[in-house]
Amino acid sequence: MGINSPLTQNLMPNKTFFWFFLPTGLAMILFIGLPIISTGIQSFYAQHDQVVKEVKKCDPFGCTVSIVVDNEETTKLREAKPLGKFNGFGTYVDRNHLAIDEIKKFWNETESFGGFVDQVTNLPFYKALIFTLTYCLFVTPNVLLLGFIIALSLNAVARKIRGPLIFGTILPMIVTPLVGSLVLFWMIDSQGIIGANIQNLMNDPYLSLKSSKTLTWITIIIYGIWHHSPFAFVVFYAALQTVPQEPVEAAIIDGASRFQRIKHIVLPHIYPVVTFVALISLMDNFRVFEPIIGFSAEGSAQSLSWLIYDNLVNEEVILFGSAAATSMMTIVGIAILLAPVLIRTWKEFKTAR
Amino acid sequence: MDYGLDRKSTSLKTFNTIFIIVWLLIACFPFIWTFWGSFKVRADFFSRSDWWYAISAFNTLIETGGKFTTDAYTQAWTEGEFWKASKNTIIVTVFVVSISLFLGTLGAYALSRSTERYAFWILIAALIFRAMPHITLVSGYLFPFFQLQIWGILPTTIVVLVAINQPFTLWLLYSFFKTVPKELDESALIDGCSYFQAFRHIIMPVMWPGVITAGLFSLMLAYNDFTVTALLLNQENHTMVPKIQSYLGTNQHEGNLMWAVSAVVSATAPLFMLVMFFQRQVISGLTAGAVKG
Repeated sequence: MGINSPLTQNLMPNKTFFWFFLPTGLAMILFIGLPIISTGIQSFYAQHDQVVKEVKKCDPFGCTVSIVVDNEETTKLREAKPLGKFNGFGTYVDRNHLAIDEIKKFWNETESFGGFVDQVTNLPFYKALIFTLTYCLFVTPNVLLLGFIIALSLNAVARKIRGPLIFGTILPMIVTPLVGSLVLFWMIDSQGIIGANIQNLMNDPYLSLKSSKTLTWITIIIYGIWHHSPFAFVVFYAALQTVPQEPVEAAIIDGASRFQRIKHIVLPHIYPVVTFVALISLMDNFRVFEPIIGFSAEGSAQSLSWLIYDNLVNEEVILFGSAAATSMMTIVGIAILLAPVLIRTWKEFKTAR
Repeated sequence: MDYGLDRKSTSLKTFNTIFIIVWLLIACFPFIWTFWGSFKVRADFFSRSDWWYAISAFNTLIETGGKFTTDAYTQAWTEGEFWKASKNTIIVTVFVVSISLFLGTLGAYALSRSTERYAFWILIAALIFRAMPHITLVSGYLFPFFQLQIWGILPTTIVVLVAINQPFTLWLLYSFFKTVPKELDESALIDGCSYFQAFRHIIMPVMWPGVITAGLFSLMLAYNDFTVTALLLNQENHTMVPKIQSYLGTNQHEGNLMWAVSAVVSATAPLFMLVMFFQRQVISGLTAGAVKG
């Protein structure tokens, strides 16, 4: 800080800060903070069961008692208690979420460990969790790598033609994931240009994206890399512009190879940016959901976000409780992902003081 | 890096050129192909017998008598009510961008000028909010919105999108405000301006590049959003992206898949033009927070 006037010490008084920050703070508390709390509350409730009544039906051959749904009573109950019935942690441990009972059962009944893992990974929540993690695990490092290579490569071409090249490069990033995945899907579909040609090449008219789970996963992962690499590229490209020239020139004089220069001068310089990109990309990949709809891949690939979406668009009755429970567990997942960064920031903040 | 000393070998240059061409092909071809295909009939763009039909326009010639047809566009915009969806998108985008910028500049200015401990924690909280998957927030909105009977209408969606957008806008504008020297507003304060006057007359005029960048990102978020608009708007008020998805759901109907194709092109073209125009701002925005580390 250049000048040590009392003003620079603490430029803005608390009261002024409050009024400046109030509108945005209110918006965030009302529409990000409260919804998280609302999700938390909803996760402890489950939708009402349908009210049933016994109906006695008599005909010349005797009387039968059958059980039918009492629609009137059900509607009344739903209107009286719209949140549903209190369920505690019931939703969290049911078959569609953590499935504690099922896992216990599998553990006791299955002979081999492999069989146990197979059965557990077929439970909806674990299936979605595994897809989400696989997606993050494959997409994030490849995005960093491809983005870095593109940045290095574009940085080496003449300045005059860089503008249009950069525009072409960032196109996959600026379209919404739904549109991006649709555009690719229409090409690799069995009736699209790439899909049809692969069928001809392999001489297998039944080969298609939907026919294999592995193929679907690979496609979505490739889509993820295609969509996110431009972001990594842009940040790395900007960072490359700030690499100091003197050490690079000294290294060239000393006879360092291109690879050595990148490894020992460029990479250490842009390291903070790499962590930034990795973090943002991890956060975005963890919420993967739209490509599953774009590729119509619901059958073989489900993510955590997709599970929530599926509960919320349920036809008969919206499964608020179930969606909320998955949401809460997704938030826990995000917290685990963010924890190392937050701890590091906090330590830096403490030492800075 | 244009190093005077750094002479690249010809083979490396060739390799680099080939790599860039291949990458650009991967990045751009899908869009070019979709644009091309949107002027064909479905039997050509999604040909069961021969993908070459998409280029030779075999069925398009039979069905419409020309090599190109704009049927998909006219049908989607009229019968498919895409005009309504684009009208809604324009309303949502305009309001989200202006409200976001208004709230964001005030808040970010305050954050950048406060040296108190809480300013740091607010930024961290904003980072955590930024990480929340939108669908988890939506699952929190739906129930209260149904109860309050504000579900399905455009204003609700606008407010929600503004709020979801705030964390990123705050971080972005914060890093821009940090680059404006504090001495500038200090001198205004000494001259007897209030904080708001200093903000309005001294700081904002030099902040336009940052405001444009933040505005572009708000615009892209509002324009591209699917999660919030698909679940918080009723059929009547759907914006473009959920509308495109609704065309997919009914693709038993012969024409509807081509509606989706033409709708995708209609929705993407303005965005591409905008980004072409503001490319510099987009890139400076993406890197604003990052380059400082």
